[in-house]
Amino acid sequence: MKTDELIDRLAGELAPVSRVAVPRTLALGLGAGAAVSFVAMWLWLGIRPDLASAADTSAFWMKFFYTLTLGCFAFWAVERLARPGAGSRVQMTLLAIPVVVLLVLALVQIDGVSRTARMHLMMGASANVCPWRIAILSLPVFAGTFWALGKFGPTRLVVAGAMAGLLAGAFGAWIYAFHCDESAAPFVVIWYTLGIAAIGALGGLLGRALLRW
Amino acid sequence: MLAAEAQLKALMLSALAGDAAAYRALLAALGELLRRYYARRLRDAASAEDLVQETLIAVHTRRATYDTALPFTPWLYAVARYKLLDHLRRGRVRATVALDDAGDLFAEDESEAALARRDLDRLLETLPEATREAIRQVKIEGLTTGEAAERSGRSEIAVRVGIHRGLKALGDKLREGRSREDR
Repeated sequence: MKTDELIDRLAGELAPVSRVAVPRTLALGLGAGAAVSFVAMWLWLGIRPDLASAADTSAFWMKFFYTLTLGCFAFWAVERLARPGAGSRVQMTLLAIPVVVLLVLALVQIDGVSRTARMHLMMGASANVCPWRIAILSLPVFAGTFWALGKFGPTRLVVAGAMAGLLAGAFGAWIYAFHCDESAAPFVVIWYTLGIAAIGALGGLLGRALLRW
Repeated sequence: MLAAEAQLKALMLSALAGDAAAYRALLAALGELLRRYYARRLRDAASAEDLVQETLIAVHTRRATYDTALPFTPWLYAVARYKLLDHLRRGRVRATVALDDAGDLFAEDESEAALARRDLDRLLETLPEATREAIRQVKIEGLTTGEAAERSGRSEIAVRVGIHRGLKALGDKLREGRSREDR
């Protein structure tokens, strides 16, 4: 086809585009995936029975806000990475903030306690299942974020894939926290972060294959 | 360069709002820019034109990813560069430049402009002085032939004819140089 004909055809197909199309579509993919994950968590693991009283503890909100801030910064980073030529360094650097804050909190908690108590703070009762469950609950969110990102124009496919994976992992962990009754910061900073990072790594590995346009 | 950015951005903003005439003008202008961009980087004219079309389609389908708060040309060239790298990765053609040269957009464009200026200066050196000055003033600095005539103290006709002959001589030299490269 001649380039002039192509231009005519494309001009004929023009429809107005919203300026918030990128964040809106991303939020749509994320929301749909998170809804599926939430139902999956409910049916498979169940919401913790003591949720009402847990909501009075700072431990519950620590998990809630750790995963949520990670998710928000990752959302912002993906929103930038979806656009050709837009910088994303600031957003990716911000991701370190919640991790560092929780790490400091964890170090304060394990400081000066006995070895067995320290072990308990780190391993809790569910360390062997926590990262796996987070990874599995993240998969629907992962599908949603990759679906959205595939509609845009990421030019650094591995980085964009990894960030979309972290975004999915963070929201998968946020949903898992409605089931999980662990309350120690050392546990959360190790095992939650591991589950989230695993999905980030998966996203990085699949980025080139899934995000090409 | 700056004028082009402002103009292209204005067209893009109208296009995003649904103005088909602005969009058509934008795509035509981008076609020219992209043709130059890929012609410099690919030996094979047919794949360069394929990439022009592919990039125009990408501009169309990905137009929502342009952040209107940012300048337009970096977005455009980021799309063009992605398409170029994707094309090279698929290995359909041999590149005429190293991948490293397809580096950061603005830096690269400036260096290209500088190179082009240097080549132009070298070519102009081969012309008689009066012709060279006339071409420089009218074609590069943007003076009218009248102004150039006034400056050099020659008649406007003489300036016009001088420019015409000079450009023709430059064209011949370029063709000569190119056919030598091809051999």
